[in-house]
Amino acid sequence: MEDTLLMDAAERFIRGEMSAEEKIYFDDLRKNNQELDQTVVEQIFFLNQLNTYSTSKNFKTILCEVESKLIAEKVISKTIATPNGKIITLWKKYKNDIAVAASIAGIVSLFITTIISSVNKTQNNLEPLVKKLNAQADKTRKIETKLNQLQAGTSISLKQPLDARFRATGFMIDATNNYVATNAHVVKEASNHLIVENTKGEQFVATPVYINVAQDLAIIKIVDTAFKKLPLMPYTIRKTVADLGESIFMMGYPKQEIVYGEGYVSAKNGYQMDTLFYQINTTANEGNSGSPILTKNGDLIGIITSKEIDANGVVFAIKSANIYSAIEEIKKDEKIKIQSSPALKGLDRVTQIKKLQQYVFMIKGN
Amino acid sequence: MSTLEQDKLLLEGIAAEDRNSIELLYKQHYNMVQSMVVANAGSKDDAADLFQETVIILYEKVKAGDFELTCLLKTFIYSIANRLWLKKLQKQQRFTTQTDYLEDIVPVEDEIEQHVKLNHDFEIMETAMAKVGEPCKSLLQAYYLQKKHMTTIAEEFGYTNADNAKTQKYKCLVRLKKLFFAQYKNTN
Repeated sequence: MEDTLLMDAAERFIRGEMSAEEKIYFDDLRKNNQELDQTVVEQIFFLNQLNTYSTSKNFKTILCEVESKLIAEKVISKTIATPNGKIITLWKKYKNDIAVAASIAGIVSLFITTIISSVNKTQNNLEPLVKKLNAQADKTRKIETKLNQLQAGTSISLKQPLDARFRATGFMIDATNNYVATNAHVVKEASNHLIVENTKGEQFVATPVYINVAQDLAIIKIVDTAFKKLPLMPYTIRKTVADLGESIFMMGYPKQEIVYGEGYVSAKNGYQMDTLFYQINTTANEGNSGSPILTKNGDLIGIITSKEIDANGVVFAIKSANIYSAIEEIKKDEKIKIQSSPALKGLDRVTQIKKLQQYVFMIKGN
Repeated sequence: MSTLEQDKLLLEGIAAEDRNSIELLYKQHYNMVQSMVVANAGSKDDAADLFQETVIILYEKVKAGDFELTCLLKTFIYSIANRLWLKKLQKQQRFTTQTDYLEDIVPVEDEIEQHVKLNHDFEIMETAMAKVGEPCKSLLQAYYLQKKHMTTIAEEFGYTNADNAKTQKYKCLVRLKKLFFAQYKNTN
């Protein structure tokens, strides 16, 4: 019997849709053919798994819908308090599932998680560690106070370097109002503090203003009073889709210093034909999440998000047009505007990099 | 009606996937879970995720049919959420000293263990579904998740008749099965 026919039979068997006569025939067949019986047992198990999955999946969908409704009605609150009191989160789903499913499915996000306050093997180290965490809690409180002060118009900045738990990349999209773009999965890592660090190693406090999980795009604002405004951005952000084969370069922080990379647009769609993303042929490593991708004329076309685990040089990037839709969303509440000049055009690469690097930040947090 | 009776009614609603019951569950117990998470080094977003997972465990329990509520639903929810949250914190290797519980606690180890197993199977199926490719994925989802009728599916997907769609569905099912077991046998 063909596999598909057998599957049909197994399904009707589970559902009790077989006629008495057919059932006898089917039972006989199974009794007399051990191998076939084994297949049927497997198929019944599989179909039951599929049914459980379907029920569970449907329930999760309902659950998410109810949650969104209640959040919209302000019955429950979910957003973290920010200086401006609001984060736009467009999309929320059963997050853990997605993260795990995505990683099994063969793509991996590119940010580094370095747990600095990790448990050490020896018992001796336990005590100072706890102290460290307490110190951390103190710092949190201090920063919270600071954030409150900010609303009252006083200064906000870090007194000491942050004990970061992860590192990724981000870049300026509005130098007038200090907005930086990065990945949603990066910002989601920061449960306490979020900072940007420039090439000089100076750290500034930032706060998320926009998180879109579906696009894996986040926009954060540098709120640190010690941050000095940068001049007009030398790169433009492209609204249209890049061409296949267009050569690109990027800058990011796969290590504690800025790293330059090159490649080309290898496909106009991302993982599993996702139209929000490009496929880029380049080398990207953990820490590259949020890296800007630019064309030879200094046109920003995308943001690195992830790479395929079992393929070399297959990297995915959010299309830059998504930044514009994010800005439209933010505009409703905040002042934000992309102002830039095509100042990188026609320059040699070394000069381009020199001009560009002060706009590319390390994103750290804990 | 006593609280216990009300709780039982609510659970019946959850088992039936009734939206109003889920809403009521949120309204009655969400804030309690949120306070617990926020008091223990978590964010409000963590609390939202944790509450979802707790409700899913509750749903799995009532769906399995052997669930006898022996304490207040509130206590049960708090215990599940608390246990899950502690496990998450341990995973992140963070130390917390939870000195006193905000609410009563009942043992829920079995429930959580069962949930981990179910969740594991769920993820394998989810991955297989993601890998099966189009049009198989949409076809299978239309039939198994959205419970659409074969004739409707044939129309939507452009098959000439329901029988053709059905044959295609079984081919897809065989592919999905292979993908599922490839992962399942590796991890079990």
